Amino acid sequence: MTSNKQFISGDEAVALGVKLSKVKVIAAYPITPQTIVVEKLSEYVANGTLDSEYIHVESEHSAIMATLGASSTGVRTFTATSSQGLLYMAEGLPFVGGGRFPVVMMNANRSVAVPWSIFGDQNDSLSTLNFGWIQVYVENAQEALDMIIQSYKVAENPAVMTPVMVNLDGFILTHTYELVDIPEQSLVDSFLPPYVATNKMSLDNPQSVCIGVGPDWHTEFRYKQHKDMTNAIQVINDVDAEFGKKFGRKYGGVVETYHCDDAEAVLVTVGSVTSTARAVVDQMRQDGYKVGLLKLRFLRPFPIEEFLSLNDCVKAVGVIDKDFSYGYEGIIYTNVNSAIIRRSNVPVTKNYIAGLAGRDITKEQLTDMYMDLLHSDKNSNEDRVKFIQCKVG
Amino acid sequence: MIRPQISKFTGPKNLNEVPVPTAPGGVLIDKNAGWRNVRPVFDYTKCVNCLQCYLVCPDGTIYKSEDKLVVDYDFCKGCGICAHECKLHAINMIPEEE
Amino acid sequence: MNNTMVNIKELPEEELFYGHKACAGCGGALAVRLALKILGPRTFVVCPANCMSAVGFLYPSMPFFVNAFASAFPCTGAVLSGVEAGAKAQGLKDFYVVGTAGDGGTADIGLQALSGAIDRNSRVIYICYDNEAYMNTGVQESGLTPFGAKTTTSPVGTEIKGTLTHKKSMFEIVAANNISYAATASIGYPQDYMNKIAKAKANQGTSYIHVMAPCPTGWSMATDTTVSIAKEAVNCGLWYLAEYEHGQFKLNKDPKQFTPVKNYLSQQGRFKHLSDDQIAEIEHHRDVKWEKIRADWK
Repeated sequence: MTSNKQFISGDEAVALGVKLSKVKVIAAYPITPQTIVVEKLSEYVANGTLDSEYIHVESEHSAIMATLGASSTGVRTFTATSSQGLLYMAEGLPFVGGGRFPVVMMNANRSVAVPWSIFGDQNDSLSTLNFGWIQVYVENAQEALDMIIQSYKVAENPAVMTPVMVNLDGFILTHTYELVDIPEQSLVDSFLPPYVATNKMSLDNPQSVCIGVGPDWHTEFRYKQHKDMTNAIQVINDVDAEFGKKFGRKYGGVVETYHCDDAEAVLVTVGSVTSTARAVVDQMRQDGYKVGLLKLRFLRPFPIEEFLSLNDCVKAVGVIDKDFSYGYEGIIYTNVNSAIIRRSNVPVTKNYIAGLAGRDITKEQLTDMYMDLLHSDKNSNEDRVKFIQCKVG
Repeated sequence: MIRPQISKFTGPKNLNEVPVPTAPGGVLIDKNAGWRNVRPVFDYTKCVNCLQCYLVCPDGTIYKSEDKLVVDYDFCKGCGICAHECKLHAINMIPEEE
Repeated sequence: MNNTMVNIKELPEEELFYGHKACAGCGGALAVRLALKILGPRTFVVCPANCMSAVGFLYPSMPFFVNAFASAFPCTGAVLSGVEAGAKAQGLKDFYVVGTAGDGGTADIGLQALSGAIDRNSRVIYICYDNEAYMNTGVQESGLTPFGAKTTTSPVGTEIKGTLTHKKSMFEIVAANNISYAATASIGYPQDYMNKIAKAKANQGTSYIHVMAPCPTGWSMATDTTVSIAKEAVNCGLWYLAEYEHGQFKLNKDPKQFTPVKNYLSQQGRFKHLSDDQIAEIEHHRDVKWEKIRADWK
């Protein structure tokens, strides 16, 4: 295949992914640091290079509900937001998730006020884990573009029919530039055919959508929603493998492991910090340390199996959280712990709170985390939750 | 026109039968007849088929059958608007028999 | 009255909103039923949280015989734009998209999204069926509750006796938003209401129809008086029939003599506590409003 590499930002890569996916309706409201996505998309629509309706909505709540309105007629849709906007549309998220419509949304991970910050952390999307969306966290601009395309294929699978949120670290990914391979439209078309909706309003066959269900049948609808999302793990892995064959790039499915097979200490990372951690693993391996990296790509559905199948040589697992659930611990840590506790051999787990509201996570900090894990003692009473380089604690 | 009918509902028996929260429109599973204390009855000696009652029934239960107007008693709630609005007093609200 | 005359004898016989569990005598149900008689089966209904959605979408009983979307409360205007865009994007033709929002879902929580829809000039019809309170949740005060009315959040106490504010001027608000076509209507004048729906059906931009739809349950009145009380509201000047199109207001009906407001108020339990002062305030407010209407809309 011909290679068309461009030097673009994460936001621009997302916009290109949406254009290549031939989305038919976009409804979005601008918010830093997502703005470049919607600006590029309106440029494509204005130039006729993307044949899509672009709805200028007056708020994020209207953005998600207009997107849902369009999706309910059976067309491929897209929206994008960040932080405050994600929370403003929060009511709409379970509408799409529970209503079972294959919307794809890009979220620029940004800190949630108050205190107010435009910089990146992951509290926004992690606070919405329960609303029935598949959530993937990408590491770089290439993965961002590729995952937009993969997400439509996963979401629109009739056995899945679940929306997907594609998360990019705010500014670190949305606004930094890298060389990205832009696939040919014809190749994308052969991978992602037009959306054939099974769940839609139709003039030939009128339906009532987003219906109410009383106590007598509600549990059964919810159980089905849960089972369909869990079954999506297989679809996610299959779609990634198929993408790899066609485009020459694959990402490992729900997780990607790096040097975990004989690792004694493993760090779990979500998002762009994975790249830095990989470099640290390489350096520490050279220095003789048995360390590994688990890139947790999907937070929902949660990859329980991948944590159960970590080898018993893993004595300590550290989870980096660019978020926090006040009064308790990091959200990813809670999720990982609940999987790890199902093992017969349970390693010690530690939570490193870092990178809040755009603070850098450095190689030195990551090295310290690994050393801390390698020296950790299961029987120690020390606090498992550590705020990294906190000036006051 | 085929009047709306009541369908029987049994419910999903296994996971595969549980639908997404989208359901076919126009499905009714029980009557509203039990709501009534009084029912409208036409006096066809007075009715001139002006269709005002047909127009103002909130539930649409008055309909044309051959050359006269009749009431779908499965779904009439007995509100009495039809009788109240009929200028010729061609509809009387009669108590429901027990 | 306006020029598009719907012929009642030629109305399609299909019932597109039928078998629902709305209260006996529900004005809102009548408004929705008549709108669908005009719009027909190629209609997408967007119904936010309100009485119609509460009775319209409970699995497995679906009384909407056309496509219908049970929307979240604040976003009728947004979902309307979305459904229209989705239908347009796939090349559908000869379809109609209609919202059936209540007064609270329009004037309060739904105002922002309505303004957005009008701004976009989406080819949709927004019907506000106005029963003057949040009826679905138990008769609480809304922005369209009239002065003096008793509601469960503006009860008649010793210090405060009923609603202290007058209705928001939704008709003028949508006109100021530069809407393509707007009208006020009443189920007490069903011919006029249907004519206006027919006009909205033909309109290529956004339409807003504000139809007064009395609620026997919330207004504490006899169930058979829904239509006659709606008519009385217009006859005593507390509601008006008007249109806004091509940037101009037009009054459709100008009563030569208003009937006494007491005739209207006394039939409803929600007004039975009114003092003479409160009734005088109601009359005065009506007179000020009509002075303006007669000066500007004729």
